[in-house]
Amino acid sequence: MTKRFFKALATSAVLSVGIAGGATAAECIAPANPGGGWDFTCRQIGKILFDIGAVDKPVQVTNMPGAGGGLAYGNVVNERGSDEDLIVAASSATTTRLAQNAYAGMTADQVRFVGAIGADPGVIVVAADSDYQTLGDLVEAIKADPGSVAFAGGSAVGGFDHLKPLMILKEGGFTDITKVKYIGVDGGADAITQTVGGFTQAMTGDMSEVVSFLSNGDIRVIAVLTDERVPGFDDIPTAKEQGYDVVAVNWRGLYVPKDISDAKFDEWAGKLQQVADSPEWAQAMKDNGLAPFTKVGGDFQAYVDGLVADIATMSKELGVTQ
Amino acid sequence: MDILANLAIGFGVALSPYTLFLAICGCFLGTIIGALPGLGPSNGVAILIPITFTLGLDATSALVLMTSVYYGAMYGGRISSILLNIPGDEPALMTTLDGYPMAKQGRAGDALVLSGVASFVGALLATIGLMLLAPTLARVAFYFGPAEYFALYLLAFCTLGGMASNNQAKAALAACIGLGIAMIGVDSSSGLPRLTGGNLHLFDGIDFLVAIVGLFAIAEVFFFIESHGKGSSIGVKLEKVTIPWKDIMATKWTMLRASGVGFIAGILPGAGASLGSFLAYMTEKSVAGPNGGFGTGAPKGIAAPEAGNNAAAGGALVPMLTLGVPGSGTTAVLLALLMTLNITPGPTLFTERADVVWGLIASLLIANVVLLLMNVPMVKIFVKILMVPAWVLLPGVTMISFVGIYSLSGSYFDLLLMIGFGILGYFLRKLDVPTVPVILGILLGGNMEDALRRAMTLSDGDPMYLFSSPIAIGFWVAAIAGFVAPMFLRGILKKPEAHED
Repeated sequence: MTKRFFKALATSAVLSVGIAGGATAAECIAPANPGGGWDFTCRQIGKILFDIGAVDKPVQVTNMPGAGGGLAYGNVVNERGSDEDLIVAASSATTTRLAQNAYAGMTADQVRFVGAIGADPGVIVVAADSDYQTLGDLVEAIKADPGSVAFAGGSAVGGFDHLKPLMILKEGGFTDITKVKYIGVDGGADAITQTVGGFTQAMTGDMSEVVSFLSNGDIRVIAVLTDERVPGFDDIPTAKEQGYDVVAVNWRGLYVPKDISDAKFDEWAGKLQQVADSPEWAQAMKDNGLAPFTKVGGDFQAYVDGLVADIATMSKELGVTQ
Repeated sequence: MDILANLAIGFGVALSPYTLFLAICGCFLGTIIGALPGLGPSNGVAILIPITFTLGLDATSALVLMTSVYYGAMYGGRISSILLNIPGDEPALMTTLDGYPMAKQGRAGDALVLSGVASFVGALLATIGLMLLAPTLARVAFYFGPAEYFALYLLAFCTLGGMASNNQAKAALAACIGLGIAMIGVDSSSGLPRLTGGNLHLFDGIDFLVAIVGLFAIAEVFFFIESHGKGSSIGVKLEKVTIPWKDIMATKWTMLRASGVGFIAGILPGAGASLGSFLAYMTEKSVAGPNGGFGTGAPKGIAAPEAGNNAAAGGALVPMLTLGVPGSGTTAVLLALLMTLNITPGPTLFTERADVVWGLIASLLIANVVLLLMNVPMVKIFVKILMVPAWVLLPGVTMISFVGIYSLSGSYFDLLLMIGFGILGYFLRKLDVPTVPVILGILLGGNMEDALRRAMTLSDGDPMYLFSSPIAIGFWVAAIAGFVAPMFLRGILKKPEAHED
């Protein structure tokens, strides 16, 4: 054990002067600082890939924050277009930004989306002492006085968290969406803090962001934006059953460089399927409030293409495209 | 008595020989990481996370190792601040103000021991505070909305003027340069890029570490080149290390007050250790009055920021553990580690994973004692790492700066930016404009703007919203007093010779 420790110490000493690991180990780029969803995707999938023996060396995680993932995207497109040992964490935020042309002109077809193996359902949350009991109450209040409800969310203005309430309101027949108040704060937990503190009236975010707040009774989830109720959270009603047909999930997945061989693409897709089928991943999803959502290979690429087109249309309708 | 029983469980977990060994390794590595300019606690912890996977450590061991590195880095940051006038990490910035002048007076050993003891006091009190108050104090975050945050940042800026310079106008100018630089990047409210010139690397704004390493380390190298290698300002001698009991006794109240201030600053999400050490220093400076000799090597000027930043490091763990809201960059990294270990921080953590929480608290107490032993009698070992001739050290500093900055984002652009900041730092120092307010402007500017914009969104542009709570009004009053008071005091009392270097 001690010997291993010194080996690890030596490894980390090498790492600590900033040199990425061995050339043959697979690398996962998390296009954000440690601590967020992309970092979770890389670290968790990377760890399980190694634990179940799908890769023979631990996956090296590189954090490449910048421009909401745009910097990593540009790096992959321009400099590492044929790197077969590279996977990059992606989520709905990636496709949202691509659809809204927020990556300085780069488009979704410049990489290959290899798969998603979990999804974080969108939620609308109010403080436990809030007067709004249902999604309907909230929508009617905004219809009556748009200034009376402010939303807090973890993404910037125009981001996925902002789009969620706008989609619901649109579904509810409210079209004057520029009147809806939204503040983007640093992450879902911060958004909940602002809502519980009474500075905003509702929080829009992902299920994983609210899980740890659920059991202590500070908040009430008034809607989850999935087709059906999420297993384990069976008492939370969907928006759909409340009459607002909106489904918005934040999938967690990976993309790979465009110019890798089809064989390698299929190999990554297969490995991802292995992770999706593993009990470790099932546990990780349960712990983090993720719902099962597995699409790999060609299926997923088609799903992403459709998604990008949808969000592009919607963003234009909603007037949030730059 | 619950606390004692829980603590017993914690020590049961943390006192195994293997965990103890991990704590010692973590403290040692952390101190070195903290001492090396450019490598701060957040990237230090991030870089070392792979160890926990390679070793297959269980949750408690991984946490013990990483928090030892975290606390170690907070201790280590002071070493290069005092000996080189280059902060080893961001929170150690304030320690340069008095630490370096004291070292230049030939009291480097005293400064190191005193700051080590102050660090110990700050960290110890903060850990006890975390233990006693975590569940209650976590609720403080609920009272801070945009208006309160804006007023808090304003307070920090208003007290900037009198610091680090004799000339308030130059300090204000420097703060404005910093605020201007903080404007660069994507505007968070409209999503539109500002002042980026279409360059993707600038979309997230200027990284604080790039600026600090450029302004301090690289500018130092330029000065060294200018002097043709002669008479460099670094290379303070460290003769004999004795324990300056007199200074320690004289600063005991300073340490206690600074620990309190730092702890509270640490609890506020997003504020972190930098603000903790800054507020602790400013508080002590105003308590001591203009004759306190702050800025000239006053022992209190060393004890305050060190106790403050170490207390803030402990304080920052409170919102991270209880709310899942990191109070600083490093706790954000620790949060990532926790989540990878399948521990979801949040209000339920204290009841559901008591072994982890109390094991962590016990290991913090252990790490703190280890660090005191390491940093007082053995400080020379760490100093040796930095006590090499300038012509060896400076290229070394340059190399570590480049590697450290490159490891942040893996982009060459940050390196160019860092050199740019080096040039800026060189000219600012030539013009006798202090660089500390520039740094603080970059650090706080973005947050302050965000707070204001959010406040305006919520209130439909009504400025009165900014004065809508007692907390906000309190900060406003303190801010105005902090800005106006020095002007009058300066007329009445002769300001002490400020140390410019």
